[in-house]
Amino acid sequence: MDSVRSDTAPVPQALKILVAGGFGAGKTTLVGAVSEIAPLRTEEVLTTAGVGTDDTTGVATKTTTTVAMDFGRITINPSLVLYLFGTPGQNRFWFLWDELATGALGAVVLADTRRLADSFAAIDYFEQRNTPFVIAVNCFDNDQRYTAEQVREALDVDGHVPVLLTDARDRMSVKNVLITLVEHVLTMVRSSVPA
Amino acid sequence: MSTDPLDGVEEGPAWWDHEAGPVVRPYMVTGGRVRPTTVDFDLITYLVATATLAADTPSPEHQAILALTQEPRAVAEVASRVDLPLGVVRVLLCDLLSDGLISRYDPPATDHLPNVETLQAVIHGLRAL
Ligand SMILES: Nc1nc2c(ncn2[C@@H]2O[C@H](COP(=O)(O)OP(=O)(O)O)[C@@H](O)[C@H]2O)c(=O)[nH]1
Ligand SMILES: [Mg+2]
Repeated sequence: MDSVRSDTAPVPQALKILVAGGFGAGKTTLVGAVSEIAPLRTEEVLTTAGVGTDDTTGVATKTTTTVAMDFGRITINPSLVLYLFGTPGQNRFWFLWDELATGALGAVVLADTRRLADSFAAIDYFEQRNTPFVIAVNCFDNDQRYTAEQVREALDVDGHVPVLLTDARDRMSVKNVLITLVEHVLTMVRSSVPA
Repeated sequence: MSTDPLDGVEEGPAWWDHEAGPVVRPYMVTGGRVRPTTVDFDLITYLVATATLAADTPSPEHQAILALTQEPRAVAEVASRVDLPLGVVRVLLCDLLSDGLISRYDPPATDHLPNVETLQAVIHGLRAL
C-alpha cells in the first residue's frame, strides 16, 4: 500500500532552511530573491481561550489569531527540493519556531546593522538548538558602515559561525548566503564522528 | 450618507494583529474540530492523492486538497493554495488519510542532518541557479 501510482511524478526529498531576523530585516525579500515561485504565505492559528459568544447559537467560541509565515521553493533537481521559510518576527510566536526548526537543515539569521539587537533572540535560539546557522548582515544603506568582523564581535558569535554581508534583494548575494550555509552544514556533518 | 442605525457599530472581525493579520474563526470548515499544534504533518511533508475526486468526497475543501495533490505537494504549499490555516488543513488531511484518499511522505528523521551526498547536491544545485 501507499505506493505511488505510476502516472504520478516521483516524490522529491524536501529540505527546509529557516530565515530568521527581526521585523523588517528583509526575510520575505530574501526568500523572494531566490524562490522559483513568488513567496507563498501560510498561516498558523493561535487559539486562545473562548472569548465572546456566537450570537446565533449562544455557544462559546474560540478566538483565534493567525500568524503568517512566508515561504519559497527552490527545485535543486527532480528528487531534491529546498524550502525557505521566513519565521514570524515576534517572540510570542516561539512555539511556531519549534515547529519550523524541527528537521531544518539550517538557518539564515538576517541582521540589520541599524538594529543588531533584533537578531539576538534568533541567534540564541539556534545556538541552543544546535541548528547550524549563518549570519547575513543586510546592508540597507550600501554604505557598509560595518565589516563582517565588526558585526561578529558585536553579536558575540562563535568563530566558526559564518558572518557575511549581503543584500537581501540581490539573487546572487542571497545564493551566496545559502551556499555558505550549506557548506557550513557540510563541514559540521563531516567533522561529526559517525555513530 | 447612510442612515443605517447600525452604522458605526462594530460588526465583523474588527481585530487585527499588526504582524499576523485578521483574527479569524476558521473552524467552520472542520466542524469545530481543533487539533493541538503537534508536529504531526511537517510543513514539508509531501502529500500525494491516491484517488481522483470521488463523488462522495466530504467537502469542497477536501476536494480542493485532492485536486492539488494529484501532483506531489508539500503541506505548506497545500495550505497556502487552498488558503486555509495550517491547523485546519491538518485536520482535513487526517480525514483524507483515514479515508485512504491520500498518501504522506515524511521528511527524514528530525535529528539527522542530511548526508554528505545530499548536501553536495544542494550546493551544486544552488551554484547552478
Ligand atoms: N535597501 C535595502 N532594502 C531592503 C533590503 N532587504 C529588504 N529591504 C526592504 O526592507 C523592507 C522590509 O523587508 P521585508 O523583506 O518585508 O522584511 P521582513 O519583515 O523581515 O520580511 C522592504 O521594504 C524591503 O524592500 C536590502 O537588502 N536593502
Ligand atoms: Mg516578512
